[in-house]
Formats: sequence, C-alpha cells, structure tokens
Amino acid sequence: MYISLSDAKSAQNTPETPGKRPTQSATTRVSSVVIALGIVSMFTDISTESVSAILPLYITGVIGLSTVAYGVIDGLYQGISAVVRIAGGYAADRGDQPKWVAFFGYGVSAVARIGLLFASGFAALSAVVAVDRLGKGVRTAPRDALITASSEPDNLARSFGVHRMLDTVGAAIGPLLAFAILFFIPDGYSTIFVVSLAFAILGVIILGIVVPNKHPRAERATATAEPKARFRWRDLNDRRLRRLLLTAGLLGLVTVGDGFIYLVLQSKSGFAAEYFPLLYVGTNVAFLALAIPLGRFADRFGRARVFILGHVALLAAYVCAAVPATGWQLTLVCLLLLGAFYAATDGILAALASQATPVETLASGIAAAQTAVAVSRLIASVGFGLLWFSLGRDAAMIVVACGLAVLIPVTAFIMRDFLRSARHA
Amino acid sequence: MTSRRQWLALAIVSVLLLGGAVAYGATAYARYQARSAAPSDVRTTNALTTTSEPHIVFRNTAQGQGYGKVATVPVEAPSAARALTDQACDRVYATGEVLSCLRIQRGVPTTFRASVFDRAGAEVESWPLPGIPSRTRMSQDGSLVATTSFVTGHSYATTGFSTETVVSQIGGESFGNLEDFALWIDGEHLTAADRNIWGVTFAADDNTFYATAASGGRTWLVNGNLAERTLTAITNNAECPSLSPDGSRVAYKKNSGTPDNPHWGIAVLNLTTEEEVVLPEVKNVDDQVEWLDDSTLLYGLAREGAVGDSDVWSIASDGATEPSLFIEHAWSPSVVTK
Repeated sequence: MYISLSDAKSAQNTPETPGKRPTQSATTRVSSVVIALGIVSMFTDISTESVSAILPLYITGVIGLSTVAYGVIDGLYQGISAVVRIAGGYAADRGDQPKWVAFFGYGVSAVARIGLLFASGFAALSAVVAVDRLGKGVRTAPRDALITASSEPDNLARSFGVHRMLDTVGAAIGPLLAFAILFFIPDGYSTIFVVSLAFAILGVIILGIVVPNKHPRAERATATAEPKARFRWRDLNDRRLRRLLLTAGLLGLVTVGDGFIYLVLQSKSGFAAEYFPLLYVGTNVAFLALAIPLGRFADRFGRARVFILGHVALLAAYVCAAVPATGWQLTLVCLLLLGAFYAATDGILAALASQATPVETLASGIAAAQTAVAVSRLIASVGFGLLWFSLGRDAAMIVVACGLAVLIPVTAFIMRDFLRSARHA
Repeated sequence: MTSRRQWLALAIVSVLLLGGAVAYGATAYARYQARSAAPSDVRTTNALTTTSEPHIVFRNTAQGQGYGKVATVPVEAPSAARALTDQACDRVYATGEVLSCLRIQRGVPTTFRASVFDRAGAEVESWPLPGIPSRTRMSQDGSLVATTSFVTGHSYATTGFSTETVVSQIGGESFGNLEDFALWIDGEHLTAADRNIWGVTFAADDNTFYATAASGGRTWLVNGNLAERTLTAITNNAECPSLSPDGSRVAYKKNSGTPDNPHWGIAVLNLTTEEEVVLPEVKNVDDQVEWLDDSTLLYGLAREGAVGDSDVWSIASDGATEPSLFIEHAWSPSVVTK
C-alpha cells in the first residue's frame, strides 16, 4: 500500500505489480513515503528545537538555577543516545518491523513532552530531556531503514536529501516559533510546551496512519523466493561495512562542532555577539538548499565520492575560518561550505550504510555508521577544546585542518571499492 | 481501510491539535495581558524620594504593573512603598552615580544587552552580551563595570556551559574577557580548556577585584589585578564573591553538594585571619550576595511555587542570627549609601 501525499489518486489507480520494476519515471521520483517521513521529522524537530532553544532561559529565569549542571548532563545524554541507537537498529531488524520501532521512538519523545508540562524542578526537567533523547536514539536508524526500503536504489541519496531537507526546515522553524511566542507572552513557557506537544503528537500520528510499514526481510524473501533470512550479527561484520564505519569514525575525529568554527569566525571578524544565532541559521539554510541537489548528484556521480568531497568542503571551511583575512563575504562562504558539508554527508552516510549492509541487518548497519560518527565527533569536540586552550585558536584550527587533509586521502584509499564506480558502488 | 478515511482522520486530528495549541496560546496571552495591566501586588509610588538618602535598588518581581522594573526603597524602611522606575532589567546594580542593567530582549532571535544609565535615567553606554545575563557589579566610584553572562542557549550548540565575564571602564577601554587573564592556582599557571571566570566584586582602589575561577568541577576564590591582568587563587570552593564595604571580608557561595547537583550555602572569609564562617542558611542560595553594611548580608531566594518571583533575605555576617525576610517580591539588590 502506497499513499502519496501529492497524488494519492494516481497511486491508487496504478497499483504496482509485485516483482515488476517500476517505470523510469517512477524511479526518478521520490517516494511519497519518504516525503511523509520527512514531514514527521519536520514536526518532531519543530517540537524538539522550540523547547531546546528556550531551555537555558527557562532554567535560569523560571527554575532560577545557573546552567552549570545543564551542560554536564547534556554531554552524558549524547553518550546514552549513541548506545540506544544501536538497540533501536537491532530491534527493527530482529522484528522486521522498522515502522513500529520508529513509532515507539517518536512516541516516547512525545510522551516526554507531556512530562514537560508538569516538570517543575531541575531533576524532573533533566529526566524529561533524557527520555526525549532516548526516543531520538531509538527512532533514527529504523526510520532511515524505512526510507531505504521505500526508495529505489537508484535515487536513494536523493530520497535521504529530501528527508534531511524537511528535517532541517523543522529545526529552523522551531526556535523561531518559540522566540515569537516569548515575544508576545514573556512568561509563555507553558504555551511553548503545549505547542511543542501538539507538533510531537501530530508527527507521531502522521507516522502511524500515513506511513506504511515495511518488512525488508519478508519482502526480500518473497522477491527472491528464498526462505526469510534470519538476523545474523555476522552480516554486520561485512568487509564493506567495516570500511565505511572506519572511514566515518576517522573523519568524525577531525570534525569539530560548528559552534567552535563560529567562535573562530566571531573572534576574527569581531561582529557583535548578538548575531551569533544567525550563523546557525545561515548554515541550516545552506544545508536545506543543498540537501536535494547534492543527493541527486550523489546518485549519479557516486555516493562515496560525494561523501569524501563533502569532507573537502569541510576542509575548505576550516581554511576559510583560519585565514587571517576578514569580511562578511568570507563568513558567508564559510557558512555555505559548512552547509554543503552537511548536505553531502548526513543523508549520504545513511545511504552508503544501506548499500553496504544486507537487507537483514539494514537498520543495525545504519545505526552502527551513525553511532561511529556521533561518538567520534564527541571525542573531537572535547579534543578540540583542549587544543584550543593549549595551542591557541588559530593553531588549533590549523592542526585539525592538517589532520583532515591527511585523513581525506587515507579514507579515500580505505573506501577505494566504493569509489571505483559511480553507481551502486 | 480506505485512504480517504485516513486523510479525514488526519485532517480532524491536525485541526484539533493545532487548534488546541492556538487556543491555549490565545488564553495565555489574554491572561498575561490581564496580569500585567492589573495593579501591583505591592504598594508602589512613582515619586523618586529615596535617591538622596541611603536606599536599595532592586528588580521588582511583584506581579502586576511594574513587574521586572527597577525599584528602590529606603534602607531604613525596606518594606515601605517601592518607587518604580521605567527601566526593565533582569539583573541590576547601582552606585550613587550610575546603574548597570542587564536584560533579555525577547524577539526573533532573542538577544541580550548591557546598559549603563546615569542618575537621571539617561543611557550612558550600551553593548550586546553573548548570552543570558547572570551577574553585574560596579566599583564604588562607578568607574568600572563587570558583567557575567552564560554563553549557551543555541539549540544546536551543545558544547556545554561556559560563562563570559568582562570588565570595562565606563566611557573607556574594556579589559576584555577575564578568561584571558593569567590564572594562578597554588603557584601554577592554569591553562585548562574548561576554565571559567564569573562573579566579580571590586575593591576601592579600582584595580583589585575578586572573582570565581572554575575548572574540572572545582572552584576557587581568586584575587584579580586589572593592571597586571592576573588572577590568583586564595581559597577553593567559593563562588560569586562580594567584598565587604570596609574591604576586610569576602562573602561567597559555598557548595556542599556535588558539582553536578550543587547546594550552595553562604560563607564569609576574613581576608586577614583567613578564618571562614559558614552562615546558618539552609536553603540553596544561587545569587551574588550584597553587603547592606559591614555586618549584614542581602541575597535573593526564589519564591517556592511562584514562577519568576523571588524575595530578598538578610542575615548577619558573623553567623549569629537566622536569616530573615528583608524585601518581598524583589531580586538583585544593591545598596546605595551616598
């Protein structure tokens, strides 16, 4: 059952014949399921980001605490989220029910929003944030597995591009919505929580009733007329997946957070601190504008090639931030490069992991790749912070840029099997 | 199951959910309007009668008209009707000559600003802050101002908590971020990545100051020197210091909990004898205390069960008395004696 958001009627009238390859026009179109999942992510991101944008204000202004403890706990949650992510992927593969595992993850986060309405102290608030992060960890890999299962192999990267574009739109709308509410109602935190809850529930409901479930293992069994394969950890020990994980992990080690790059840009250009949030907006706009074009390009030119090229864009962003010249044009170029880096790597990594994993372990493979990135970037952030203070800002930037410049050819060598041909490599 | 029925269900659910959220927002807006137009919960006056005698400048947190505005009461009669001004500040500090005001400017995006006003209420200087206002202090003659803000709150930046504390001459040069000052702990130069400085208090010479330095979950009371750009640790576990008017003692917050789950009490250190007295306040104090005189301290405590409201309490600096309520519905007190 396919329900298209754009052309529900035509989809109904032309049911797909099992086993028959869709026509060429169909392969160039992104599945309506992917669009529906993108909208689910968009609403969920509006929900999450509207709250996290105002959380520090709420903690200091309403609960009346300094934000000391907040930063500490936030780091811890990122670690928990990485572990749960693997579990979510495993559960989706094992039960062959990615939709309902993702549904559970989205549902948990929505339930956490109800807790927000009643959380009065710091402990209650951090519990709510923890549950929200758990939900996010659980849902990501099964959702990406659904995107893969609902897309044609030929336009997989483009499908992920569409999804990430919608996702980023939500991440941009959330904070704006929250600040607009506070502008009209200065103590309107409960209104933000109610709005956030409404968007979270809406996202869960769209997922529940619009997105069809997929059973990647059962469907493959039908297609190949072989008995349904079982989930085997062994499948995850595939040579290609190992190489992808190694590549993602190594490159993650030299990927410092945007926040640091913005600090370099700011201290160099000396623009007013109050414009700092606009840098995030700039990167996000570049990301959402480039997500689909780069996804399409990756489908034609080769996903691994674009993934590596994305890191070249990151290297260019480092250089751009480190050069002694200043000016708003340079800042803009830097933000554009950062956006291009995200557009060329975030969805593409999931697409690459899908290619490198058998259907039986699809969600686990995606989860493993994303965890490798999350953990290595966490290490990179801490490491870069240390470099910053021991060597100074510019030297730290140069060290990381050199590391990336060395690792790009190294990882290109590791990924040589992927890079050899443009299609299905 | 037909898809038409699904779409209908989805449409109904969307209307209910988003309509419900909008309705909630509309009533919250109406309630806010009604509340801010209502008469204040406390007695207020518009006459600025208190400026010639010793008075206390603070942020009024009584619900109703004038919420969040700077107010004053005489030192001799702290529960008298408060004189309200037009200035809205989240954190305020005043000397006889000037007033430092840190505020959150709500909007898209929300920004933060520091301003200095003269005695007549005219803005002398104003500059943007990088994050949520936390502390501000001025030197006794009103020539130096220190601001501390939390640098966090970007939804995407999860690099953790940090503060930025800047000392500036009013109408002159800025000494910059205190993190760039050389920090000395037990004779060793500390350059750790996570060091943070906050909560400045100035001595009368306009060069010496005290502040908090933190790294690796530990905090120190540091003695700062503006001319030499140095910070030197005096003792540990001390935050948000406040120098007594006679310059002999420093009051600060002392943590009896863990770094992640702090519980702060108040302690007073005699700078000559290095003797520390812990005061009998059992509640969690998250404020930079202020000296009312050489033997009494003032500090704010959030009011339990009331969002965005707080009270100012007083306690003897030698630990001889229990805390007592000083000004209701007030926050961020500063004492102006001349």
